[in-house]
This record gives sequence, C-alpha cells and structure tokens, in this order.
Amino acid sequence: MADEVKQQPAATSGNETAGTSAPATTSAPASTSSPATGGYTPRPYGQRREGGPRPGGPRPGGGPGREGGGPGGRKFFRRKKVCKFCVEKIDAINYKDVRLLSQFVAEKGKIVPRRLTGVCTPHQRRVSAAIKQARNIALLPFAARG
Amino acid sequence: MQRTYEVMFIVRPDMADEDVDKLVSTLETNATAAGAKLKNTERMGKRRLAYLVRGFGDGNYVLMTLESDGKAIHEVERRLRVSEPVIKFITVRVDETQKRVDKLAKLRASKVKRSATEAAPVAPAAAEPAPETPATA
Repeated sequence: MADEVKQQPAATSGNETAGTSAPATTSAPASTSSPATGGYTPRPYGQRREGGPRPGGPRPGGGPGREGGGPGGRKFFRRKKVCKFCVEKIDAINYKDVRLLSQFVAEKGKIVPRRLTGVCTPHQRRVSAAIKQARNIALLPFAARG
Repeated sequence: MQRTYEVMFIVRPDMADEDVDKLVSTLETNATAAGAKLKNTERMGKRRLAYLVRGFGDGNYVLMTLESDGKAIHEVERRLRVSEPVIKFITVRVDETQKRVDKLAKLRASKVKRSATEAAPVAPAAAEPAPETPATA
C-alpha cells in the first residue's frame, strides 16, 4: 500500500488523488507523502490541520464547530456550544424546577439530545434522570401534542 | 443509617384545604411513628398536571423531606399507596446528591479564599492544596 502511493509522486500534488487510489483504509501511507497536513489526512474533508486533541470520538459540537464554515462536505455546527451547567456552575439539577428542565425538552415532550443543546455528558445524564422523575410526578408530560 | 428522602405526592384537587391539612398531618404522624424524622413539609399548592391522572387535570402538590432508613420509607409509601386522596407519589433519595453539592460548594469556597489569581474553574481533583501539586507534577 505504501509503495503504490510513493510511486505516483509526480502525478499527485496533494492528498485528494491519494484518496482515490487508497480508499479510506490506511492513514499511515498518506502521512509519509503529505507533510503539509502534519500527519493525518481525512480524505472526504480535504485538507485540514489538526488543531489540538483529535476530535475522534464524540464529534458533535467541539471539533467541527471550531473549524466553522470550512469545507462544506459534512454538516458542521457553526458555533462552539458550551455546557450551560458547567458555565453557570449549577450543581444540583432537581426534578422540581420545571422551568430549567423545560429548556431541554422539545415541543413534543421529548428530551433534546446533547448535540443540540451542547450539554456535557454527566450533566446530560442528570438532566435526563431529572426529566424522567418530573414526568413520573406529572410535572412534565411524557408526550405532548407538538 | 439515616438517609434523606424527598417524598412528593399529589392530592386530588376536589378536596377542601382543611382535609388536605388533616391528611398531611396524619401522614406525618405515621411517618414519625414508623421511625422517620420529619425535616420539612411544603405545600406547593394547586398545579396543573402535565397529563390526566385518574381523570384529574389539577392536583395539590405536597413535598415532605424525611430523614430515615429504608424501612420507614417503605411504610410511608405503603400508606400513600393505600390512601385514596393521594393520586400520585414519588420518593427520591437526596443525601448523596446533597453530599456532592456540599462538597463542590466547599471546594469553591476554599478556592476563593486561597487566592484570587488561581481562580481557574478546574476539576475538584486539581483544586487540592498546593503541597500536593509538586507530587503530582
């Protein structure tokens, strides 16, 4: 695999055509032929510099948000979302404060996913548990007519 | 072991206020008799329910905070289940969350007191006193 990439240095200027010849299976050969990107070449997105930690795992919000309106291959979220609870230092998420919880509930009563609200995982878990408790005591609906 | 519980229950709306008071005080006596320590009783008033419960659209919400072991709570719940005016109830254990909240509040207070320059909102582990940082670094 490494050989076939190295055999076409004149033809290929960068990473796009390398992508067509070595489809998406290995990243190591691309790194030897493309010093400009500094290591990893994500093919569908074109050239992209690694900014800090790789947004490998949970991609929503953090990584792509930082790139902003870059290459329009995939759907990117424009601004970087922060967790409301971490910023305002709200410690206790109670099932009783309906006003706070209803911010994380959609019109039909469904719990909004954290990629839309920007909440961090531990807080999303607590919000979810609180919403479910509130639903049980009829403070929030299970399903509302949207 | 004494745990703190919050019991919230809904009383049917077509009961008079005095009846609700009587019911609540009966439940309080039962709870104390079962060995629970009653910390607080709050009447949250009549509220609109998010969905129909036993045909009712409104309800009288009552919140009781108790400190007890599991057996007493079991007894309180049994009485709530059996009592006819109570249409819904939920018991939530709050001592663990309260412990965590208190710990975070204490950490924040200690950070503020120490110095104003070190006001970085990092995880509690990092906020441990200075002598420990050389050991970790």
